[in-house]
Amino acid sequence: MPVFAGSELTCLRGDRLVFTGLEFRIAPGGALVLLGPNGSGKSSLLRVMAGLLKPLNGTLGWDGVSVADDPDAHRARVQYVGHLDAVKPVLTAAENLVFWAALAGAADPAANARAALDRLGVPHIAAVPGRYLSAGQKRRLNLARLLAAPATLWLLDEPTVALDRAAIALFEGLIAEHRARGGMVVLSTHTDIATPGGEELHLDEFAPYADEEAGDEDVGDEYEEEGAGP
Amino acid sequence: MSRFLRLVARDLRLALRQGSDATIAVMFFVLCVVLFPFGVGPEPNILARIAAGVIWVAALLASLLSLERLFQTDYEDGSLELLSLSPLPLEAAVLAKTLAHWLVTGVPLIVAAPLLAVLLNMDAQGFGVLVLTLTLGTPILSLIGAIGAALTLGTRRGGVLLSLLILPLYIPVLIFGAGAIDAAINGLTPRPHLLLLAGILAAALPLAPWAGAAALRQAVE
Repeated sequence: MPVFAGSELTCLRGDRLVFTGLEFRIAPGGALVLLGPNGSGKSSLLRVMAGLLKPLNGTLGWDGVSVADDPDAHRARVQYVGHLDAVKPVLTAAENLVFWAALAGAADPAANARAALDRLGVPHIAAVPGRYLSAGQKRRLNLARLLAAPATLWLLDEPTVALDRAAIALFEGLIAEHRARGGMVVLSTHTDIATPGGEELHLDEFAPYADEEAGDEDVGDEYEEEGAGP
Repeated sequence: MSRFLRLVARDLRLALRQGSDATIAVMFFVLCVVLFPFGVGPEPNILARIAAGVIWVAALLASLLSLERLFQTDYEDGSLELLSLSPLPLEAAVLAKTLAHWLVTGVPLIVAAPLLAVLLNMDAQGFGVLVLTLTLGTPILSLIGAIGAALTLGTRRGGVLLSLLILPLYIPVLIFGAGAIDAAINGLTPRPHLLLLAGILAAALPLAPWAGAAALRQAVE
C-alpha cells in the first residue's frame, strides 16, 4: 500500500521562512485538509508536494522511496489544481480539456473529456471558447481535468473558489469517490469542504519560532542605527 | 499522437486562431527590408551589394518580435505549471513550443525572402543559398531565443531585456548566413559557411531546450 509522507519539511519563499519542521502522512483513501491563515504556506506546501517547489530542507517520500530520486514517476501520479485556471481563451472548453488529458497519457482523451464535463454538470460548455466561460465554469473545467486524466494524488489549492453550492456538493462527491478507489487528496480551503475521516493539518503550528523573528528585528534596528550614524 | 506532437499541434492551433504572431513577423520583415532603398537611395549596385546583410538583419529582428510571448501566456495562465508537471519532460516541451514558434514565424520569412531579394536586386546566383541559409538559420534563432524568453520570464519589460540578452548571441548566425550568400554571389563556394551554420544548429538543438527548461523551472518556483 503506497503511503505519501513528508518529514522535516522547511520552505523558504524569497528570504522568508514559511514553515519549518513540517510532517505529514497520507495513506490510500486518505484526505489531508490544510488549514491556516493567509500566508501560512498552504499553497507553498501544495507546490512542494507537487514538485514545483524544492523544499529548503526535508524529504518527501512515496512508499518509502524519496520523491526527489524519481521525479518522473511522481509527476505521473499527481494532478495539481492551482489558483490559475490554465484555460486558453481561443480554445473551446473541450479542446482545452482534451489537450491536458492527452498530455497526461489518457488512452481516449476525447471520450474522457466528454465524460468529465458531463460529470461536472457542464456538458453544454464543450464547444464554448474559453474566453466566454464564467469564473465558475472555468473552475469546473479545471476540476474536470482530475477526471479526464486520472491520477492517484490530487493536490487542490482552494478548489471551491468561484463554485456555487450545487457544484461544491458535486465536488465533495467526486472526492469521496476518488478516496473510495484508494486515491489520496490534499486540499487547502477557507470554506467548508466535507471530507469525512480526513485529517487536518494546521500550518500555523509549523511557523518558524517567534523568537527568531524577534532576532530579525534586532538586526534591522542595528542597520538603522548604522545608517543614522553619519 | 505523441505528447510532443500534441503540444506542437496545440501551439499551432493557438497561433492560427489568434493569427497575429505570424503575420506581424513577416510584415515587419518585409517593411524593414523595404525601408532600406528609401534610406540608402535606389542605386541598384549598392542595394545588390548590401542585400544579403539587410535581409539577414531584418530576419533577426523579425524573429525577435514574437519571442517574448513564447512562454509568456503559458506562464501567466498557469499552463506552464501544468506542463512542468506533465509526464512530457520539460526539455521536450520547450523543443515542441520552439518548433511551433519556428513553423509560425520562421517559415513565412523563408518564403518571403526570395521576393525581397528580387526587390533589392540581389544577384540571382545567391537566391538558392539565401533560402538555404534561412532554412538552417531561422531554427537557430528560435532555439537561442527560447533560452532568452525563458530567462526573462516574469520580469518587467522582458522584451527589451530579451533583445539585449540574445542579439549578441545571434551574431555568429548573421556572419555565416550573410557570408554564405556573399560567397555564392562572388562565385566562391558557400559550403564552409553552410557547414558552420549546420554545426551551430546541431549544437543548439539539444542545448537550447536543456537550458530553456532549466530557466523555466526557476520561473515556476
